Amino acid sequence: MKLKYFSAPYLVWMIIFILVPLIMIAYFAFTNDGGSFTIKYVSDVGQYANIFVRSIWLSLIATALCLIIAYPVAFILSRMEKHKQGTMLMIVMLPMWMNFLLRTYAWMTLLGNNGIINHILGLVGLGPYKLINTSAAVVLGMVYNYLPFMILPLYSVMEKIDKSLFEAASDLGCSSASTLFRVVIPLSVPGITSGITMVFVPAISTFIISRMLGGGSNLLIGDLIEMQFLGNAYNPHLGAAISLVLMVIILVIMTVMNQFDPDDQVLM
Amino acid sequence: MKKLGKLYMLLVLLFLYVPIFVLIVFSFNETKSRSVFSGFTLDWYARLFHNRIIISSLINTIIIAVAASVVSTVLGTFAAIGINSMRKVPKAIVMNVTNMPIINPEIVTGVSLMLLFVFFAARMNLEFGFVTLIIAHITFDVPYVILNVMPKFNQMDPHLYEAAQDLGCSPLRAFRKVVLPEIMPGVISGFLMSFTYSLDDFVVSYFTSGSTSQTLPITIYSMTRRKVSPEINALSTLIFVAVVIVLIIKNAIENKAAKKSGTYKGD
Repeated sequence: MKLKYFSAPYLVWMIIFILVPLIMIAYFAFTNDGGSFTIKYVSDVGQYANIFVRSIWLSLIATALCLIIAYPVAFILSRMEKHKQGTMLMIVMLPMWMNFLLRTYAWMTLLGNNGIINHILGLVGLGPYKLINTSAAVVLGMVYNYLPFMILPLYSVMEKIDKSLFEAASDLGCSSASTLFRVVIPLSVPGITSGITMVFVPAISTFIISRMLGGGSNLLIGDLIEMQFLGNAYNPHLGAAISLVLMVIILVIMTVMNQFDPDDQVLM
Repeated sequence: MKKLGKLYMLLVLLFLYVPIFVLIVFSFNETKSRSVFSGFTLDWYARLFHNRIIISSLINTIIIAVAASVVSTVLGTFAAIGINSMRKVPKAIVMNVTNMPIINPEIVTGVSLMLLFVFFAARMNLEFGFVTLIIAHITFDVPYVILNVMPKFNQMDPHLYEAAQDLGCSPLRAFRKVVLPEIMPGVISGFLMSFTYSLDDFVVSYFTSGSTSQTLPITIYSMTRRKVSPEINALSTLIFVAVVIVLIIKNAIENKAAKKSGTYKGD
């Protein structure tokens, strides 16, 4: 028996449950209820341009914030003593193991109009401020939920950077700033690109964070899709068309990211 | 500079942990208030354990996670063996399709499976519930098993399997005695990964569950839709404690293994 036939059951599974559903999305996007070809739904997606722009904008901000916050964290982690790194990494990653609904709920508690932050501000005579149901709260939720996805790939490339490179750079007259820009950053590009994809993709497609922290006024692409499939606006054709456009946006962004990546190892 | 780094780490850790600790503290709060701590109580924990919906969805979640991760581990391990011995082009095609559920946004995986299940439900005797949930979970779990097992083949000497057969092993025995031990670490980490992904999954389950069998994340979601439900705080605390225990055990095992391989292989 040839070994390659071992994969036969999986290949069948893959075709039925990975390929066919994706083809169905494309099929639904380009047909109407009667099953005849139409580009109505795909062109209707244009009506939601504002939601697409908001999703892309908010998730770009969240991705940039994650990169800015995570970069020093990953660097500090990678320069710790070896035996401390494992424990510290575990402490940093631990919150990610909590279900993300609970993590987002925690921020609902903090940011709410009667929440703790407003309560504490009230004690010193400030506020109450409208913190929840704002786009800033959505960005905060994204940063909080996806920060570990940025720290992990950055840490794993930085950990491999040889310590002696820093000594060499300073021996050759580099200041610490130019060591950062000419040694550390260039060597961590693969981590930066995979971190960006790992934060951007879930951020742009979320519907939970926007629903829990954004109220009704900060709809994102994910909310739009969810509404077409499970909400009152039931319309799987439009939902499929929006999903298709979302996949194309992500594909374009990932292709652009790949251009920057010397080793072509985006993801994980 | 060192001090600045420590301060920075402290701030990031505060950012990561303060929300969770607030949930934990308020799980012991006497009133339903989210901002004023008025007195200690274990009431919410008692209510949690008497909440039928939570308990039954927890049981559902565990059944689905076990079933999905066991099936995906078997399916994925065999798949990896087969894919590994494929020619270059078919291998690349299969791996690209396998990566799709990982690259695609979860919501797209969810709605695409929902479309498929709706199609089957209309034509065959398929109902949304346990079956659709388990199928959906296997679908997003298998790629992780394959991605964990595949690298183990690259590290293995391909002639070992043939050598075992030359020395009189039947193919099956050669597989069991030679190949399986080599790929076992990948199989185990693939299993654990798919088990955790299944336990934690909300988005795909949300689109494929129907209304009858709820998983814990779906129940949590419907609890967050209500204005105030302090049971969530109690549940979060219990999950947090469980996670801490699991991670400490995991860390201890890994440290032990690292020490062992350190003394023997000097790796």
